[in-house]
Amino acid sequence: MISGRLARHLPLLATGGILLLLFGAAAVAYDGFLSSRVIVNLLADNAFLGIAAVGMTLVIFSGGIDLSVGAVIGFTSIFTATLVTGRGLHPAVVWPLAIGFGAGLGALMGTLIHAFRLPAFLITLAGMFLARGTAFWLNTDSVGITHPWYDALANFDLALGESIHVPAAALLLLAVVGAGYVVAHHTRFGRTLLAIGGNEQSALLLGLPVGRARIAVYTLNGAGAALAGIVASVYTSSGNASMGLGLELDAIAVVVIGGTLLAGGRGHVAGTLLGVLIFGTIQAAILFDGRLSSWWMRIVVGALLLAFILLQRFLVRGVGKR
Amino acid sequence: MKSRSTLPWLLAGLALLIGLNLVANPAFLKITVQDGHLFGVPVDILTQGSRTMLLALGLTLVIATGGVDLSVGSVVAITGAVCALMLNTGAGLAATVAAAVGAGALAGGGNGLLVARIGIQPIVATLILMVAGRGIAQLLCGGQVLIIANPAFEFLANGFVLGVPVAPLLVVALFVGTHAFVRRTAAGLFIEAVGDNETASRFAGLAAARVKALAYVFCGACAGFTGVLTAANIRAADANRAGENAELDAIFAVVVGGTALTGGRLSIMGTFLGAILIQTLATTMYYRGVPPAVAPVPKALLILAVSLLQSEQLRSRVAALWRRKEAAS
Repeated sequence: MISGRLARHLPLLATGGILLLLFGAAAVAYDGFLSSRVIVNLLADNAFLGIAAVGMTLVIFSGGIDLSVGAVIGFTSIFTATLVTGRGLHPAVVWPLAIGFGAGLGALMGTLIHAFRLPAFLITLAGMFLARGTAFWLNTDSVGITHPWYDALANFDLALGESIHVPAAALLLLAVVGAGYVVAHHTRFGRTLLAIGGNEQSALLLGLPVGRARIAVYTLNGAGAALAGIVASVYTSSGNASMGLGLELDAIAVVVIGGTLLAGGRGHVAGTLLGVLIFGTIQAAILFDGRLSSWWMRIVVGALLLAFILLQRFLVRGVGKR
Repeated sequence: MKSRSTLPWLLAGLALLIGLNLVANPAFLKITVQDGHLFGVPVDILTQGSRTMLLALGLTLVIATGGVDLSVGSVVAITGAVCALMLNTGAGLAATVAAAVGAGALAGGGNGLLVARIGIQPIVATLILMVAGRGIAQLLCGGQVLIIANPAFEFLANGFVLGVPVAPLLVVALFVGTHAFVRRTAAGLFIEAVGDNETASRFAGLAAARVKALAYVFCGACAGFTGVLTAANIRAADANRAGENAELDAIFAVVVGGTALTGGRLSIMGTFLGAILIQTLATTMYYRGVPPAVAPVPKALLILAVSLLQSEQLRSRVAALWRRKEAAS
């Protein structure tokens, strides 16, 4: 008989185990895989995916879904590039504006979903079309960004000892995961989200602010996606309307691999970080190998997704029988 | 309440769109005969829209059971690759089409198994194949775009019979067949019953899980045949681009057509008109010189408008407002 506490954390433990297993296998198979450089790059290379995935985790907690995050990243990256390079505005002005746009779109979608009981999947799909189309309307070409702030951020790293240099993107990812953890698991808002995802009717009867929380979580996620877009534009020193194409699927996959129930009501932000690391490890291993083609990435992620969803299904069934 | 049809709205929208086009281009609806073939914008809309229509046809049944299939775009890529591999190893046309439709039905069977037997939510279950499917298609193609040089195969998408393009003919025949199957037999009732209330229909003696699973198999087979038409149209199997975002257009066509995303109601005729509306919008933007990359914006606005029109909450609020006004006067 598995105790309730263990059963609740089993998906998280399974995710951690799989990460260790994958990383261990890659470290044995490829020379030089087990190095601080590779580990730091796992965080830095997947920073914008990770930041978007933290927001997605919160949305999925509430039983919703947001398909627009990839498009918001594309919009933010071309928007900042157009204003910084084309109009010569300072990033300190442009960044808050971009985050405001992301939050505004999120708030609009959240309001429509809540007030008119529309399916989140359909409304965020419209949001995705809207953001991606507007991004291409701004500029269909890639725009380079040269600004002292961008150079400083791209070159900044935190030296831990002699050989470990943690770049700004990795630090920001860790900060966002930390903030997400606190919001999700140590605030009233986070508990409200989980309650809505578990059973909306009960949450309403408990007197929880269901509408406010739901609109807030889409707003927060929109702002998070815009932040991820800014990180992406710093990381590549450019803006491109097609950036983040299909990223929403990767973000959802990472959240589910991290042990969060897609139906809502249960999950862990720390699991999402582990999911991002699993995603990054597979990518790095395929790169290290050189013989494996890039499409194995999608197939392996799909297989992991299937395994985790089946695991969750049987766990939920087990809990339900008790 | 449930029986309220959205068909008048749909026809009004289509008429409005065509009307705007006629103002800008009086020859919009003109059909001419050149070299014994029909030519004109309406023919173009039907031909280009045939693939979305076919995907939407399969999705209509799945959505009516209260599900959704996100993987159809990836299935199009997989079955396109199957076509290229079969034809390039010298297989016949019939065997190739059968293999592609079979592969699609198999993929749908997998989705159906996960949704109906294991009980995973449809968005999640079909997301797996949506993610992995493109990888599988690239694996089959070896990461390349496989060229198909087979006139008989190409005829399926680009040929003409008695001056009429073949692809829309095939698709319209499938629509008529499915409509007859759904409305002349009990099948449509079964599907709507399962979508409306699965538990109740199971207690009424309906094999609810089987009805659901078969809807996914049908949807997969439709996606498989769409893969054939797509590969035949571009004379190649392109694992990256074939069927890209096709699931979104198809789901949209179904929803615009009045099949509720919550299940329990289906309209084959509505789906047909919904797909035509979307393709007309796309063609309009093409003729107006809107860059294809910006085309999603009007589509998004249309989705929002249609969703709001279908929202019971909005209707009841507007109705309440109306009543208050009448009471005041």
